[in-house]
Amino acid sequence: MIALLRKQRYFIDYTLGTMMRHKGKSLGLLSVYTLIIFMLASVMLFSHAMRSEAVALLANSPEIVVQRIQAGRSVMVPADYLQRIGKLRGVTEKRGRLWGYYYDPAVKANYTVMASEQDQLSITDIVIGEGIARTRGLSIGDYLTLRSHQGKAFSFRVLRLLESDSELISSDLLLMNPQGYRQLFGLDESLYTDLVLSVRNPREIQKIAEKLTRLLPDSRPILRSEILRTYESLFSWRQGVMLILLLGSVLAFVIFAWDKASGLSAEERKEIGILKAVGWETGEVMRMKFWEGVIISLMAFLIGYLAAYLHVFYTSAGLFEPVLKGWSVLYPRFQLTPSVDGLQLATLFFFTVLPYTLATIVPVWRTSITDPDLVMR
Amino acid sequence: MLIELTDVRKAFNQGKPNEFWAIQGITTQFEVNRISCLKGASGSGKTTLMSMIGCLSRPTSGRIRLQDRTISSLPERFLTQIRRHTFGFIFQRFNLIPGLSVVENIMLPAYPLGLKASRLRGRAERLLEQFLLADKASNPVEWLSGGEAQRVAICRALINDPQILIADEPTANLDSRLSREFMALLDQLSKAGKTVLISSHDPVVFDSPCVDRVVELEDGLMVAGER
Amino acid sequence: MLNPAILALLMVSVLVSTMLLVAAAFAFRILRHWDIQSGSELQLRLERRTYLVSTLLIWAFTFEFLSLLLFIYNAEALSGQFVGAMCATGVLNLNPWGWPTLFLKITLFFVAAIWLLLNYLDNRGYDYPLIRFKYALLLLALPLVVAETIVQWLHFTEMEPNLITSCCGTLFSADAQGVSAEVSGIAPANSILALAISGIVVIAAGVWVAMRGTSGWLLSITGAAAFVIALMAIISSISLYIYEHPHHHCPFCILKQGHGYVGYFLYIPLFLATALSLSAGFVSPWRKIVSLSQTVADVLPVISWLALFFFLQFYLTSAWSIWSSRLTMMEVWW
Repeated sequence: MIALLRKQRYFIDYTLGTMMRHKGKSLGLLSVYTLIIFMLASVMLFSHAMRSEAVALLANSPEIVVQRIQAGRSVMVPADYLQRIGKLRGVTEKRGRLWGYYYDPAVKANYTVMASEQDQLSITDIVIGEGIARTRGLSIGDYLTLRSHQGKAFSFRVLRLLESDSELISSDLLLMNPQGYRQLFGLDESLYTDLVLSVRNPREIQKIAEKLTRLLPDSRPILRSEILRTYESLFSWRQGVMLILLLGSVLAFVIFAWDKASGLSAEERKEIGILKAVGWETGEVMRMKFWEGVIISLMAFLIGYLAAYLHVFYTSAGLFEPVLKGWSVLYPRFQLTPSVDGLQLATLFFFTVLPYTLATIVPVWRTSITDPDLVMR
Repeated sequence: MLIELTDVRKAFNQGKPNEFWAIQGITTQFEVNRISCLKGASGSGKTTLMSMIGCLSRPTSGRIRLQDRTISSLPERFLTQIRRHTFGFIFQRFNLIPGLSVVENIMLPAYPLGLKASRLRGRAERLLEQFLLADKASNPVEWLSGGEAQRVAICRALINDPQILIADEPTANLDSRLSREFMALLDQLSKAGKTVLISSHDPVVFDSPCVDRVVELEDGLMVAGER
Repeated sequence: MLNPAILALLMVSVLVSTMLLVAAAFAFRILRHWDIQSGSELQLRLERRTYLVSTLLIWAFTFEFLSLLLFIYNAEALSGQFVGAMCATGVLNLNPWGWPTLFLKITLFFVAAIWLLLNYLDNRGYDYPLIRFKYALLLLALPLVVAETIVQWLHFTEMEPNLITSCCGTLFSADAQGVSAEVSGIAPANSILALAISGIVVIAAGVWVAMRGTSGWLLSITGAAAFVIALMAIISSISLYIYEHPHHHCPFCILKQGHGYVGYFLYIPLFLATALSLSAGFVSPWRKIVSLSQTVADVLPVISWLALFFFLQFYLTSAWSIWSSRLTMMEVWW
């Protein structure tokens, strides 16, 4: 047993030495391998972090959102729906919300405008996200002019900026007084965008939703748990799509690894021939090559994953920025909360180490069956 | 350890138009503790025969026995196990691995045995001392002269303390003085109890007084040296 | 379902099937042409190719084993995405393919363990005495692998996100129908007693086999029985103690973080122990083959002791989870 372990140590020593002697080749392979793992891991870490961020965000949102549906489209909810709901057992709080989008032609971007009651804003005050502040060059005390539904210009004073740790969602957010909101968009007192209900006991949610559809036949209750489920599958679906796109590069890498493993130089071939001649067995040469694979995979995995981790959580996925930025002018400057997931690590392993291993089996075997009497001929 | 060959044959490219029988039926014995030399022109089958005796390859038909064990039908895995305990090899072109130091080259055959590192190192150093190479132990092998490289190759062949030494055209890359020195070394080893098998077409080797028996091969058949 | 873990599982199963198909093609050639006495070039080529094929198979079975772990872990992780699923049970219940996939994966795990051990033995006999047997066995394993690939494919592609599934509460309940319900309905006292007896028997058999170095089948039979009884005991009573709930019988919820992942500490030793004891029965018959007798004499005790070690680990973990539980089952016990 101990002899067996010592044997493996000698093989590892030897293969490390060989890798050092053929530095160019090993480094080339290592860097491509690392790059592949870095890309895949970045995608996975990024979308996983986005999902956790979204889930964390939803944790504070109300359990039920009620929309009104008219001819299949969601429309404003009359305020008296709140009365029609009346007192439902289990509902701890119910209120109407006002929110929508405002297109600012000056920066060609949509702001998410929301009426806020907690902030006690006066009718001319607004609170804006960092993204808006950046693109419009606004700071506290400055005025932002928005055109109302009648074409009149309304000026609002920036009271404060939203904190940047929640910038991922607050970047394009603009909070204002409900009265100001109604005036800006020409909405009368009796309408809300939607209604929200808070329910303390999660087991009652389903029941309450059923009651709501009976009380308000033209409404559609949206449950937080449903949104969460949709998010979960949406994000893993997105991850899957990106992985499929990246699968092409994995395939390219596999071909590269195959090529590297089979394209032995005359010198390397002779080296294997000498080993075979002096008493190494086919299985032992394969073992030695196996350790080479383990060392390369381990190093590539560690370096690639670590780099991806730093990339996603410390530079906020800086390399993806140009891609994501295309989606929105008000690109948020955000910091994701580090999170690592075992399932993700395992999946990454299956997508990188497994193809690499498979790609090298046949070339390694071809090398290892070099005839031991080759060096005599 | 007695080596016994019975009607040994070896074919290459079997079943193809270019089928070629390198060895066409050899029956003989090689005795313990002797220096035997296989002599013949290149292409006469010396190397093929040596590689079969040395467990580097298997005969297509016929039987080879090593002491009381038939080795001709053993798969490679077990041939190798016998080979590394029984045979030491010295090749024509030394076949040292460049980039490794002298001592690392010498220890190569012992890695698969999984010996304790200190013991392995000790063995290698004793051999280096015996062959006057102690001061070169950590040099890269590229720095060695021809004679030194040959002695390193001998050390490598002896690291697992084999009973039989096989040398394939060992003097082809040596001048006559070094060749004679090499033969003297083999003589010493033979006196120390090793069985030696050399293949060569160099008169310095087969005419050397220390060679006990010369076997001559031609086109895969034995033409002289029968006893 | 384009979930990355699912993609990985599908990819692994397709690759493993391909590897086994390649190996099976080779197995046919071995069965037809293998002749160890011959030194012909065909024989030499076959011998060289055995290195490739057995390496391929070692990797295939390793990946298969990892995919069993990933499959269970993934089923746990997916349970959040389906209405009604609270753990892996709900996900496996989604369509008729879930459970067959799991069972095929488990069977393959045992088959793989046995095959790898036979391969190890064979490579130590100087005339490769088991080579035909082991490749014939491989041909039997091939349909399992292909079936697993197909069933798993169906399981993942037919996952309807809107389907409402039923979870462990309904499947593993004494009031329901079927095997799972009957197992859940076994009185805890009886199952614990059976667990204790099977434990004593398997350990006794293991010690006997390890000391004598023969009759591995004894360990195989007792090991298989101990495995089945252990699974029943987990469902009918051990789980109750872990959940500290007198009616929650699920064998999967114990894998959750909330229970300290104790399930992995139960299942992994149990499966390893069972795989080892099953292979013991496949080792000892070769004692009479000259080229293997020494290896069998060396290997059988090692396998037996290892199997015992893992069984013991399983029993101690079970005992510990019952001991440290705050659940007392007075009215059930007496």
